[in-house]
Amino acid sequence: MKLTHLLTSAALALGLASAAVAQDKTKVGFIYVGPIGDGGWTYEHDKGRLAVEAHFGDAVETVYQESVPEGADAERAITQMALQGADLIFTTSFGFMEPTLAVAEKFPDVKFEHATGYKTLPNVSTYSARFYEGRAVQGHIAGKMTKSNIVGYIASYPIPEVIRGINSAYIHAKKVNPDVEFKIIWAYTWFDPAKEADAATALIEQGADVILQHTDSTAPQAAAEKAGNVVTFGQASDMSEYAPFPRVSSIIDNWAPYYIARTQAVMDGTWESTQTWDGIGPGMVGIGEISDAVPAEVKEEALALKAAMADGSYHPFSGPLNKQDGSVWLAEGAVADDGTLLGMDFYVEGLTGEIPN
Amino acid sequence: MMILSSIDPVLLLASLMVASTPILLAALGELVVERAGVLNLGVEGMMITGAICGFAMAVNTGSPLVGFIAAAAGGAVLALLFALLTQFALANQVASGLALTLFGLGLSSLLGQGYVGIKPPPTARLDLPILSDLPLVGRVLFSHDLMVYFALALVALVWALLKYTRAGLILRAVGENHEAAHALGYKVVRIRILAILFGGACAGLGGAYLSLVRVPQWTEGMTSGAGWIALALVVFASWKAGRVLLGAWLFGGVSVLQLNLQAAGLAIPVEYLSMSPYLITILVLVIMSADKSRAPASLGRIFHASQ
Repeated sequence: MKLTHLLTSAALALGLASAAVAQDKTKVGFIYVGPIGDGGWTYEHDKGRLAVEAHFGDAVETVYQESVPEGADAERAITQMALQGADLIFTTSFGFMEPTLAVAEKFPDVKFEHATGYKTLPNVSTYSARFYEGRAVQGHIAGKMTKSNIVGYIASYPIPEVIRGINSAYIHAKKVNPDVEFKIIWAYTWFDPAKEADAATALIEQGADVILQHTDSTAPQAAAEKAGNVVTFGQASDMSEYAPFPRVSSIIDNWAPYYIARTQAVMDGTWESTQTWDGIGPGMVGIGEISDAVPAEVKEEALALKAAMADGSYHPFSGPLNKQDGSVWLAEGAVADDGTLLGMDFYVEGLTGEIPN
Repeated sequence: MMILSSIDPVLLLASLMVASTPILLAALGELVVERAGVLNLGVEGMMITGAICGFAMAVNTGSPLVGFIAAAAGGAVLALLFALLTQFALANQVASGLALTLFGLGLSSLLGQGYVGIKPPPTARLDLPILSDLPLVGRVLFSHDLMVYFALALVALVWALLKYTRAGLILRAVGENHEAAHALGYKVVRIRILAILFGGACAGLGGAYLSLVRVPQWTEGMTSGAGWIALALVVFASWKAGRVLLGAWLFGGVSVLQLNLQAAGLAIPVEYLSMSPYLITILVLVIMSADKSRAPASLGRIFHASQ
């Protein structure tokens, strides 16, 4: 009993001491779901972290922990980071939502930013990007490029963000190619190169000649390249090492401006709990170079679509749109509201299969 | 049946062989280690180290064969660290093994810094003039890369060695009762070190199969749990080489099959399909292990000649 008591107070003293030292520097922490070298999602978040370091120089210290599993262990990792004296912590995966809230309640003076979630507290903000705008461009190119009319989609977890992506890609593929069919595999992982490669191979073997992915590694790109005649898109990161073919374009997440702005807000004492959801317009979602493997007129159409979404003249979820069961979702001229999009749990008309629970 | 017609059974069986090879190699190595009475939980770390060593060497030399040899060497070097800790320093095997996994993951991402986004040289496939062209069997049996056949040959070799040879008998004796083996004059520590090195080399090969053939690319943390599955497989296969092969095929096969069933739109909830590889493999192997098979008696116990 005595020993543990001693150790606890020692740890506390140590924590206080390091907190005192850290006063002059703003400490920004990042919790990653995958390794920083995944070439996709986590890689881009880490680029954002490096941009914060480059921008503020010695005024800011950043720390990160990679490959933190979604679930109970995440709470430990976030707590540890808060104990280390972080002033601002970015938790960069949907599955960190509850752990982030739990830790935030224990550390009211630390600011938290949770990516892609929907729950906030006075010291917890959420931020996400309108990836579905990028998916619309992908869907358009996919619909034009497929010869077998089968598009394979490697989905990760059945959460609104992923479902939005599937719907957006399908709507825009269908628009330019009424015969297109989507085959969807739920990988139940964000990062498992072997499984992602297997999923891509299974889709290719069943006739898909375009593969869209919502998992984080470049493994599906490698599988497509091995197969030869299959088109892919970079996910979260440009994945340009697979350009110009199989990777013909990409969705690029650009977190750096947001991370810099939020760090600045903490330094100025102006940080408030907010819900940010930015798309192509403000630059949070980028479309990677459309390669020459795409016919010039398709590229032009895709860029026009991108421009229309950037200036707000076109919304990817514009009526008339029906749900999968045929019921009317959006009437002619109507546009989806953010509330419905944030909680999206249904397929649009034409998609087959069921969304897992 | 309409749905299933979009799945080509020939391609499925061919994918099965590829999907099961990494865990088969790693589990086979660990089987020998555990039969010698050592529990090495560092399989994941040795696999990923093998994955990057093999990848780096294959890229630099342009030869996948050199890559695989380097992968085996890399895995064995990491295993040597474990051997030094547990056989000479008499450290706890569980703790040392876990440390080895963490060390291997860190080391591999350090070694792999310059190798992201690079394509490895293609590994040669078996190409027999007549056999590979046979319908069905040609594609399923005779047109894989050579590592698939190497892994199968290794299963047969380990099985025969353990069952029929004197060397296998000594290895098992060391694993069952190290004091008795020592009293008979066998070099317990030396035999165990050799087994640990073999285990490391096999894990390294399994990792390199991922980075050179199955995925094929280098990505940090790319084994993502395959080493742990290999470890579990050894236990569920009751430390028998034949059952390790069966387990690896089941796991690899059901993993690939469930992805294919999803793509084909089978009306089984995805949650069940997703857990099916684990469930089916465990179920089959547990039912089979209803006989008297059990763990090697000295498994995980520290040996020192003075005790």
